[in-house]
Amino acid sequence: MIEKALSGSRNYQIWIVILLTIIGAGVGLFVYQTIEGLGVTGMGRDITWGIYISQFTFLVGVAAAAVMVVLPYYLHNYKQFGPITVFGEFMAVGTVVMCQLFIFVDMGQPMRVLNVILHPTFNSVMFWDMTVLCGYLGLNLVIGWIMLSSEHKDTEPPKWIKPFVYLSIPWAVSIHTVTAFLYSGLPGRHYWLTAILAPRFLASAFAAGPALLIILLLIVRKVSKFDPGKEAIQTLAKIVTYAMILNVFFMLLEVFTAFYSNIPGHMHALEYLFVGLHGKSALVPFMWFAAILAFGGIFFMLFPSIRANEKYLAILCGVIFMACWIDKGLGLILGGFVPTPLHDVVEYTPTFVELMISLSIYAIGALIVTLLYKIAIGVKEERIYD
Amino acid sequence: MDKGRRKFLKVAGAAAILLGSKPAVNAIASGGEEEHSTAKKRDVRYAMVIDTRICLQHEDCHDCENACHFNHNVPKIDGKKEEIKWIWRDKYENVFTDQQHDYTIERLKGKPFVTLCNHCDDPPCVRVCPTQATYQLDNGIVTMDMHRCIGCRFCMAACPYGSRSFNWSDPRPNIEKQNPDYPTRTRGVVEKCNFCVERVTIGKKPHCELACKHGAIVTGDLTKKDSAIRKLLAENQVIRRKPTLGTNPEVYYII
Repeated sequence: MIEKALSGSRNYQIWIVILLTIIGAGVGLFVYQTIEGLGVTGMGRDITWGIYISQFTFLVGVAAAAVMVVLPYYLHNYKQFGPITVFGEFMAVGTVVMCQLFIFVDMGQPMRVLNVILHPTFNSVMFWDMTVLCGYLGLNLVIGWIMLSSEHKDTEPPKWIKPFVYLSIPWAVSIHTVTAFLYSGLPGRHYWLTAILAPRFLASAFAAGPALLIILLLIVRKVSKFDPGKEAIQTLAKIVTYAMILNVFFMLLEVFTAFYSNIPGHMHALEYLFVGLHGKSALVPFMWFAAILAFGGIFFMLFPSIRANEKYLAILCGVIFMACWIDKGLGLILGGFVPTPLHDVVEYTPTFVELMISLSIYAIGALIVTLLYKIAIGVKEERIYD
Repeated sequence: MDKGRRKFLKVAGAAAILLGSKPAVNAIASGGEEEHSTAKKRDVRYAMVIDTRICLQHEDCHDCENACHFNHNVPKIDGKKEEIKWIWRDKYENVFTDQQHDYTIERLKGKPFVTLCNHCDDPPCVRVCPTQATYQLDNGIVTMDMHRCIGCRFCMAACPYGSRSFNWSDPRPNIEKQNPDYPTRTRGVVEKCNFCVERVTIGKKPHCELACKHGAIVTGDLTKKDSAIRKLLAENQVIRRKPTLGTNPEVYYII
């Protein structure tokens, strides 16, 4: 099957070359960062995590797309999702690899990464996060590959794969929950110290993940003979809509608790994000932009006639994806560091090196998804021609 | 109230057994036995008292910081972004963030207060460290293995006191004069006050305490009833930083 990724149209080749170029630049800059130390990033003593860890957090959510197609298909026998489960799983593979790379480049001593396995520490949520991420990667890679090769060989999938499929469903929930626990168990970081963080992660994941999947499937339809099916895409659109409504609802619950209780610690981060604190307000325009995108996206998605139009749907999915990205890939992590433990407000701006390394990790994710999708499309087209 | 708590702990303990988590059971069980004590039972428990009344009489004194930073090869880096500090002074309002009001007496307002790692009895940094590079000794001191630290900075997010620093670049060029008796660090690891563990375990006093010629810093073993530190605690009203977070900080301030 793998040979299907090795040949393709001219556009396919150009796309691969572009991605490889970005990756090459990022690898070079990562070597530079490793030699110089993390001082080449915008992070500092007060904002100790920046764009790397926030991308990791956001992308854990995107990896959820898989379970949103796997669950209806395998547990509810929703047939329309049958042909597209492999696309959800392969997207999860790409995003989980990105998550792991974002953690890796954030480490001060990346060569010592195996210490996490050599000295397993069960009381550290980081250990469990590593475990669930590696497990989720393995599950999706194995399930996706086995299912696709059965399709390729025109045989029934082997029976032993079923338990793994069922396991992958709660496992998808676990990656978000455990990632939320990284933050929600820390005393003194009020923006994170909230039981609703894990549900919020899940809701934004089930919005952003399927939103990206819809966009990818529309691209797949455009560049290949394989049609993911109008109904499958529409069902995904409904999932995106409901999940995004829940996501915004959970966020508003945070606002209520913080401001009705009037506890300063709980209000500070929200104030910083939406109106600015102590004259510092770098994230304010981003957060309001995200709020407009979120409410606007939900509003238009609620009209069946609008979301049935796939052109509008693609735009709305982009809008919702962007809203989730700003909320979780920017505001959540940076907001958590404000104010500092000594009640200063310190701001962070990513450097060029940091942004380029981040971009190249996205390029690696895109490359993995492209190659895996190319194989999947090849197998699906084979069946059409037969 | 207490009964309810005990019942809750029992249920939580049973749940923890079901999950096969022995350390959690131990922690909960020991918490249940000692109803009036906030700290764990230990044979030795090092702690520090800072008499800020003395300290504030010498506002320009930096002896403790200098002694600590020289002896531990702490680099001097200017600027908030990359600075590394084990013990330093910050404004009253910043050190005691939950003690603020509009009428703070002039004696304290904006004045410098010594701050450092609190060597918490329940340290969140130790809880979160994925490699046990940060760990707690039986005597309560929270210290680090710099060779094991992977530089993930989870501990820095977990510490509610901002007591941890990260080596954003190679620290060695920024050490004015190296002390050959203590190791330097490499880039990419976290560091913090270690309560002079290399000294107290062989019966010596920490550098900061020795350097303070005014006697504002007193360390000692809290389990010894007749120790100087227990005497200070018995005679003075003291406060701790952010006690409501349940970390049980072991640095006490006489205000």
